Amino acid sequence: MSTTGKFTAVVAVTGLGLAALTACGSSDSGDEGSGSKTVTLVSHDSFAYTKAVLKDFEKESGYKVKVLKDGDAGTAVNKAILTKDNPQGDVFFGVDNTLLSRALDNGLFQSYEAKGSDLILPQYRVDQDKHRVTPIDSGDICVNYDKAYFDKRKLAPPTSFDDLIKPEYKNLLVTENASTSSPGLGFLLGTAAKYGDDGWQDYWKKLKSNGVKVVDGWEQAYNVEFSGSAGGKKAKGDRPLVVSYASSPPAEVIYADPKPKTAPTGVADGTCFRQVEYAGLLSNAKNTKGGKALIDFLITKKFQDDMPLNMFVYPVREVAQVPPEFTKFGPAVENPETLDPAKIADNRDEWVKSWTSLVLK
Amino acid sequence: MDLARTEVEPRAEAEPPASRRPRPRTRPRTGSAARLALMALPVAFFGLFFAYPVAAITARGLRIDGVWRFGRIGDVLAQSDIRHVLWFTTWQALASTALTLLIALPGAYVFARFDFRGKQVLRAVVTVPFVLPTVVVGTAFLALLGRGGLLDELWGVRLDTTVWAILLAHVFFNYAVVVRTVGGLWSQLDPRQEEAARVLGASRFAAWRRVTLPALGPAVAAAALMVFLFTFTSFGVVQILGGPTFSTLEVEIYRQTSEIFDLSTAAVLTLVQFVAVGAILAVHAWTVRRRETALRLVDASVTARRPRGAGQWALLAGVLATIAVLLVLPLAVLVERSLDAPGFGYYKALTSDEGGIFLVPPIEAIGNSLQYALAATAIALLIGGLAAAALTRRDAGRLVRGFDALLMLPLGVSAVTVGFGFLIALDKPPLDLRSTWILVPLAQALVGVPFVVRTMLPVLRAVDGRLREAAAVLGASPWRVWREVDLPMVRRALLIAAGFAFAVSLGEFGATVFIARPDNPTLPVAVARLLGRAGDLNYGQAMALSTILMMVCAVALLVLERLRTDRTGEF
Repeated sequence: MSTTGKFTAVVAVTGLGLAALTACGSSDSGDEGSGSKTVTLVSHDSFAYTKAVLKDFEKESGYKVKVLKDGDAGTAVNKAILTKDNPQGDVFFGVDNTLLSRALDNGLFQSYEAKGSDLILPQYRVDQDKHRVTPIDSGDICVNYDKAYFDKRKLAPPTSFDDLIKPEYKNLLVTENASTSSPGLGFLLGTAAKYGDDGWQDYWKKLKSNGVKVVDGWEQAYNVEFSGSAGGKKAKGDRPLVVSYASSPPAEVIYADPKPKTAPTGVADGTCFRQVEYAGLLSNAKNTKGGKALIDFLITKKFQDDMPLNMFVYPVREVAQVPPEFTKFGPAVENPETLDPAKIADNRDEWVKSWTSLVLK
Repeated sequence: MDLARTEVEPRAEAEPPASRRPRPRTRPRTGSAARLALMALPVAFFGLFFAYPVAAITARGLRIDGVWRFGRIGDVLAQSDIRHVLWFTTWQALASTALTLLIALPGAYVFARFDFRGKQVLRAVVTVPFVLPTVVVGTAFLALLGRGGLLDELWGVRLDTTVWAILLAHVFFNYAVVVRTVGGLWSQLDPRQEEAARVLGASRFAAWRRVTLPALGPAVAAAALMVFLFTFTSFGVVQILGGPTFSTLEVEIYRQTSEIFDLSTAAVLTLVQFVAVGAILAVHAWTVRRRETALRLVDASVTARRPRGAGQWALLAGVLATIAVLLVLPLAVLVERSLDAPGFGYYKALTSDEGGIFLVPPIEAIGNSLQYALAATAIALLIGGLAAAALTRRDAGRLVRGFDALLMLPLGVSAVTVGFGFLIALDKPPLDLRSTWILVPLAQALVGVPFVVRTMLPVLRAVDGRLREAAAVLGASPWRVWREVDLPMVRRALLIAAGFAFAVSLGEFGATVFIARPDNPTLPVAVARLLGRAGDLNYGQAMALSTILMMVCAVALLVLERLRTDRTGEF
């Protein structure tokens, strides 16, 4: 809206009161509301894509796609739930398995079985009776290590959760706040999966006395505290172990200039927790037809192929390609820890609460 | 709360001495009808855009499956984590207030009693932090005290994970509150009273303690309470400098709502903060009323003189050094960091949308911010002006005083609560505003209004009612009376109110961050987003945007400093 438009509206709103508000509101919702030619995708800040790929979809389907990046992953989900009676869009992408139950229990999504969902790898499928969400991508949250640090000291990097509490790795690890960061939560769930309901607290007590450092978010942990990342080197980070993703080492190569022959960082592959991201049709979507078409599009080979290098995640579709850089510079994680979504749903809040008291206070 | 950085409390010292005030007079009944008419719009505004959204989000948390769960209040308060947050909130606010008073009171004295070159500019400079968004302040302190910050480079000292960073940032923020509130009154106290006491044999200290201190006491108390209110509800500073271990009530409300999604805990905490803020405001109103009693005030311009003797010069030098280190240095570091790339690289990067954080180049945030702030200022002036006009009428009873307090409340209610309240309450016709741009200015105006009221009220009250009556008797319409009598007298105050409402709106962060659309970020929102991203370029751009914002605020303040009138004192 132009400045003059804004001013007129200010005068209208404040001067004429409710009547003007009504007019203002209805005229705006008229623009996007049932406007069946626009479909709105609500997602988190990390959503990224190649523009040409989305253009192709627009051309083929006849829909215009509007993308609304609504904060970090957790905030975006929570805002979507709060506004579900009158959602800000038609499709939500980016709820992961750690928060899925919150979205489903709150009735965020309606049923829709996407075209082509039979081509999704079986291990990612959930909610098979109701089809409220469609898996789109996966990734592994793992401890990364700074190769140079361990080479220099002739120390073997850790490979498992058990290693992290050994004295030789004292004061080396930085992780994220499990209540505010999704890799932080993933790492906590990984330890819960590994050591069980009774054992994980003990494990964290040991980790704490072994000098684990907790910061609020991934950006700070990886790009400031971690000594192995490009950002961390610049910021003089001094922790050679960090909770990040299995796809972080390839990212260190792809974004480097000049590109090194091997990745400067590695992955402790016995410390991984698998994260899966889903999309769903919002319960009160105004453009359900367009929303369905958009979900179908998210699992087409075209989008699944485009995704990995934009968001550093793995495709979930059988035939989609994993970029060669991923396999060359990073490991294929063999046996990540996983947790049944129902188990996460039952315990997540309680675990995070205990973790907070145990580790932060 | 974060949104409300600017309440500056000019009421008492700005008011003319009691003897000069027109006497309260009984008005004909038409007066109360007119007052109700004036109050209608402000009441509707606060009802719709404050009370209703806040009630809606609180109810969402406490009403589960159609049943009110007030038992949750006890449950939540029984948790040790929550009690820890309450304890930290309180003690850091007390410590911040004490530290601010300790550091700023000498400043208040120097500004009140000494005359020196550049005083006006300096007064504007010390006020700049007060109108800066907390995100920018957090950023500045990070650049000074954090990893790779100035202190780290020079001496390897880092304070960013300690409570000291929070306390110092709070002093930085609130220095101006003390200097302006206490200093404003101090400069109007007649120094001859103290001199008289000394002639009668009192020691210098005794004279000060028995004459000046009692007169200043209520002003100090009022300033302390305002600082306490701001630090008690601190959000951006604690969010950025506190790390995962330090959390105030306000930050905890944000975490519970936005990250943990425990709406009932958030609702309980909102209520707790509401009660606390209500109490603080009540005590504040009481000290303000006490201050209005019988002080003999003189024109500020006759009380200040050039410092004499080594002691006074040393005091002046000390205060200037404090200001340089504590207020100017963090801002200078900010500017220095923003220039840390060759050829204004960070500023140039602001015009590109390659970063992909927003759907638009960051530079557009400046335009957005200015437009939102202008709209918010217009709303705040209209609502605040009407409210002040209604409150001016002296037959005001308890109802009106309650209304006065109501207008102050947005200062202390969690911005996050307001933001989320907007999202869930204003989403249905006839109030379907969520997808419209007006949402942001409305939220920003909420904190502009108390400021407008506080600036306008003393000036409006000083207008002699008999002038209005005379005009009316001569046949002028109410509109014409206002235009011919009130407006010329309050024009300057109106401009000052507008300037501050503008600055607050520009810097508002807590509520805007929830309701600003990603394709329309404001400056503070853009700074926060850039800070949350990896990479030199993002950091540099955050510094550059902060610098731009700081410059805009500084210019606005310098203009206001020129507009200051002698009689209306502060702001």
